[in-house]
Amino acid sequence: MSSNLMQHVATLEAGEDRTMVLNMGPQHPSTHGVLRLLLEIDGETIVKIVPDIGFLHTGIEKTYEAKFYQQCVPLADRMDYLAPFSNELGFCLAVEKLLGLDIPKRATWMRVLLTELTRINSHLVWLGTHAMDIGAMTVFLYCFREREELLKIFEAIGGQRMFTSYFRVGGLAMEAPLDWFARTKKFVDTFPEKIDEYEGLLTGNPIWQQRTKGVAQISAEDVIRLGGSGPILRASGVDFDLRRDMPYCGYENFQFKVPTHKDGDVWARYVVRVAELRESQKICKQALEGMPEGTIRADAPKIVLPDREKMKTQMEALIYHFKIVTEGFTVPPGDVYQAIESPRGEIGFYIVSNGTANPYRVHVRAPSFANLALLPAMCEGKLIADVVAAIGSIDIVLGDVDR
Amino acid sequence: MALEPAITDIEKLKDHPALATLLSWRTDSVEGAKWDRNELAIIVQRESLREACALLRDNAKFDFLADITCVDWYPSEPRFEVVYNLLSISNKERVRLKVKLDGSDPNIESLTSLWPGANYFEREVFDLFGIRFNGHPNLRRILMPDDWEGHPLRKDYPVEGYR
Repeated sequence: MSSNLMQHVATLEAGEDRTMVLNMGPQHPSTHGVLRLLLEIDGETIVKIVPDIGFLHTGIEKTYEAKFYQQCVPLADRMDYLAPFSNELGFCLAVEKLLGLDIPKRATWMRVLLTELTRINSHLVWLGTHAMDIGAMTVFLYCFREREELLKIFEAIGGQRMFTSYFRVGGLAMEAPLDWFARTKKFVDTFPEKIDEYEGLLTGNPIWQQRTKGVAQISAEDVIRLGGSGPILRASGVDFDLRRDMPYCGYENFQFKVPTHKDGDVWARYVVRVAELRESQKICKQALEGMPEGTIRADAPKIVLPDREKMKTQMEALIYHFKIVTEGFTVPPGDVYQAIESPRGEIGFYIVSNGTANPYRVHVRAPSFANLALLPAMCEGKLIADVVAAIGSIDIVLGDVDR
Repeated sequence: MALEPAITDIEKLKDHPALATLLSWRTDSVEGAKWDRNELAIIVQRESLREACALLRDNAKFDFLADITCVDWYPSEPRFEVVYNLLSISNKERVRLKVKLDGSDPNIESLTSLWPGANYFEREVFDLFGIRFNGHPNLRRILMPDDWEGHPLRKDYPVEGYR
């Protein structure tokens, strides 16, 4: 957010007489939020791109330091608003690691199920908007049809469509409603045909192929040097997925493939993400079929809120409830870095505790923030018309970039 | 899983590849190490950070710089702790490097020559903590407006801002 940025761009080595500076955003529809790009162009060719971010910065990391640990979960939702469960999971896992807390099996399986549903949700929004940016309007409507059902499923379990705040430190907020599993199963079972529909609209479409193949290419070495992660890394041929390679939250119990592609262009990222939709569907299916019975909260009365029934009959439960709500719970001193595979890549929570009920410092390694650094490497020297395709293929969420 | 006490004895940790690499290079580059909650953190001497990172990247396969951040321990000194999270994609392990910086003039060498991806992370730390990274190509504010006063994530900066 800078007034001298324009000046900065215009005095680059390419020469002021040949190039002009074009301002794109922050209200440009295809920047997926409030991203501002300064493009220095020579005719149709891009000489330099300078992303200008910070328009959505709300100081969430600072706010965390004034909250109890449990109060931080809703704020985690609000960073990456397309994949709320991923953020909640990352935060809860980090705090549970600090506490040394074991989570019941049913809760971890529910978490896997919901995190994979949120991955489907996020990839659907990506696919719809990305296709619309490039000019395929219909896909958007198809994707949002399924996303609507997913949001209703989230609403049924968490009470909110997008900012669910359903995960708790030590488990889950409450048991799912009675018909929830049947409804989710119906969605999961019918979802593969829906992916076929999207692919039917795009994969064989010559316009889609021309707009994506060979566009915004980037090599695996460059992605690693620049800190890119997630589908972008895999679309450049690096076979690495935190869910499989550094498992967390019981992912080692699930069978799934990690799709990769060697081309590293917009097409490759499309292929990888669509394949991830199919793999996520498989994980959801396994989670639903093997869902263990039992409790959804850890046995830690000083951390996890007691059952409503117990509060009415047991003195201790009432006291613990009062203490947790008014004073929070203390966390032993130390620091942890917990990274999980969000739909956009590695989201990491670095939490420092000094032994009180408020986190001393929370840092979020936001995948969109790191992946945005790839944009100049993808686009410089290429055509201006492909910038929109490149932004869509990175799949940034500006709430995640700016925090 | 109950919490196990942290191990801070370097002798007991020296088999870890990251620590072994640094110790075999220069013993005085490591100021301390901690194994806590299955994570290794190494406190690195400020002057040798860049070379230590280059060594870890080239010899110990820590090829991915996942994150750079900072913790402010105001009012104690040394006040700042810059934290680097490295990941080895091939060996599937992480290590955390920490560098302690004085509060009076916090500055440290930039890692942008090793990982261009450090650019944004260092700008963020500069913006929110006011730590200068020497050799950074474009050290300007990134999240806050250019004319903002102060560095919001410092502990002496009020949560609600200056009124």
